[in-house]
Amino acid sequence: MSAGTPATVAAAGPRRLAWARRRRTVARFWRQYRQNRAGLFGLVVLALFVLTALLAPVITADNALSVTQPPGSPLDGPSGDFPLGTDRSGRSMIDLLIWGSRVSLTVGFWATFISIAFGTLFGILAGHFGGWGSMVLMRVTDWFLVMPSLVLGVVLAAVMGRSLTTIIVAIGVTSWPTTARLVRAQTLAVEARPYIERARALGGGHWHVMSRHVLPNVMPIVLAQTTLMVGQAILIESTFAFLGLGDPTTASWGATIQAARDVGAVSSRMWWYILPPGIAIVLVVLAFTLCGRAIEGVLNPKLRERQS
Amino acid sequence: MSVLAISDLTVTYRTAGGDVPAVRGIDLSLGAGQKLGLAGESGCGKSTMALALLRLLPKTARMTGSIMFDGEDVLTMSWGRLRAVRWAGASIVFQGAMHSLNAVQRIGSQIAEPILLHSKVGEAAARRRVGELLEHVGLPARRADAYPHELSGGQRQRVMIAMALACDPSLIIADEPTTALDVMIQAQILKLIESLVAENGISLVMISHDLSVLADTCDRLAIMYAGRIVEEGPAAEVFRAARHPYGAALAAAFPTIGDPSSRRSPRGLAGDPPDPADLPAGCTFHPRCPVRLDYCDRIDPQLWPAGDGARAACVHVLPDQGLSLVQKEPA
Repeated sequence: MSAGTPATVAAAGPRRLAWARRRRTVARFWRQYRQNRAGLFGLVVLALFVLTALLAPVITADNALSVTQPPGSPLDGPSGDFPLGTDRSGRSMIDLLIWGSRVSLTVGFWATFISIAFGTLFGILAGHFGGWGSMVLMRVTDWFLVMPSLVLGVVLAAVMGRSLTTIIVAIGVTSWPTTARLVRAQTLAVEARPYIERARALGGGHWHVMSRHVLPNVMPIVLAQTTLMVGQAILIESTFAFLGLGDPTTASWGATIQAARDVGAVSSRMWWYILPPGIAIVLVVLAFTLCGRAIEGVLNPKLRERQS
Repeated sequence: MSVLAISDLTVTYRTAGGDVPAVRGIDLSLGAGQKLGLAGESGCGKSTMALALLRLLPKTARMTGSIMFDGEDVLTMSWGRLRAVRWAGASIVFQGAMHSLNAVQRIGSQIAEPILLHSKVGEAAARRRVGELLEHVGLPARRADAYPHELSGGQRQRVMIAMALACDPSLIIADEPTTALDVMIQAQILKLIESLVAENGISLVMISHDLSVLADTCDRLAIMYAGRIVEEGPAAEVFRAARHPYGAALAAAFPTIGDPSSRRSPRGLAGDPPDPADLPAGCTFHPRCPVRLDYCDRIDPQLWPAGDGARAACVHVLPDQGLSLVQKEPA
């Protein structure tokens, strides 16, 4: 874990030095992260889900999602061939879950990316410039904040058609204001510090102040917000799919639960149809939340003290 | 040629409760290599003036007059030119070094910040320069890798000074550079500033409420009261024999070492500094003045010559003219 003696590192030039420094920082982060057992659990669960999603084409048969040539007969209970039974078309529930993880993670990452990118950008701009423009920006934020994502999703699905993109946009558009508010508050707190005045006094422009001083200081909050947001986005995606707003041809977990409801899985006691996708959603969201909390704990010294 | 020439500078803060004048007409000039001390109690406008020199005041501040820096007016300068002048032309040593340093960046990269902003040198050259600067202010070059919290108060202030020197400015504004340091460190830092300024021919504006610090370091002293300079002259002269009663009270507030009587009966000044939003009429100092005349609430004294290259804004300097002014004005 050590990156050589200081003398050899210094001799290696500034670039090498910077990399050695970065490695040390990552190592220190990992050491502290490891101490949080829940965070470690979340990370392992997450890694499993990501691995499954990436390997989906390899570990499932070619006709796994085929409705016309399903591998089994419809609505069978768990058996040797199908450990979690089959759905109404006769497809293996396990394969559906595996392919569903792809959809969930895709939506989770992209929607979060939109939300975090816009939120951070607008938050820093509003916090840095202040005044009239900031007022307008924050009123726009408020407007997006009160917009219910479900209603917007319905409208967007009607306009843009039912697809994953629609869902991603709907989640991204309705969730960035939370990030923006958070980032703006932190920006204001950072900008009040005297070293910002110093940065301005030494000839730094707006870009310099925002990128060199404000952004590094809001990054911890953004990072924690990101992991929490992914879980939230996955949950909303399932809701959309359950309400029939998703792409009918993709096998997402929400869509599977909706199909289970359609065939009356609850009243027919077909637990294998409705429980596994639900548990998968809960697990992924929980994993992201645990990771988010753990990162927050490492980056926020106040939380760290309370834990130890 | 003077590096800095301020004429009739006013700064007014626009607040919800109306306009508050913080600086009310200041004329000052500073030659190359000269050291000027600016003294006054809290709220007299000395920090406001210092920040105005580089147009660092918040948007609510309105400035009039002119600040000629190396022949250019800072107040009418374009934004790009202003950014170039900031630090490369005039730099600031801020008070409270702990807070003026970014706690999550190494001090080396913070000192390199103005170098990278203002000169077209690479990271490696900036790094070398940082090492030189640190050695210059009496810190080992390898301390560039330290974080601010790993340094003591005096070391942090040294870092601030190294930063101020980074771009070879022609003027350094030191805003209470020794506040919150103990006297030994204070003396070291003052010595350091003095020698660096003399070595590089830099002009210095040093702001403090501690007249003894200024008298020790500076060539000339200016004393501010309620947004104006009330006394200006050679440092020793002002400290020893101030013409303005406020300057005299400030100077007298220091006990003379070896003189027991000054220790037993410390002299201060009764009353509080005036509220800038509601200044007294006439001479703003008259409510607290121990040598007030009955017409002091009616005349507004200007900086009149007071001998030995000094100026003071008090009717006692020119009693005849003061009286004639009062007689001209309708009571």
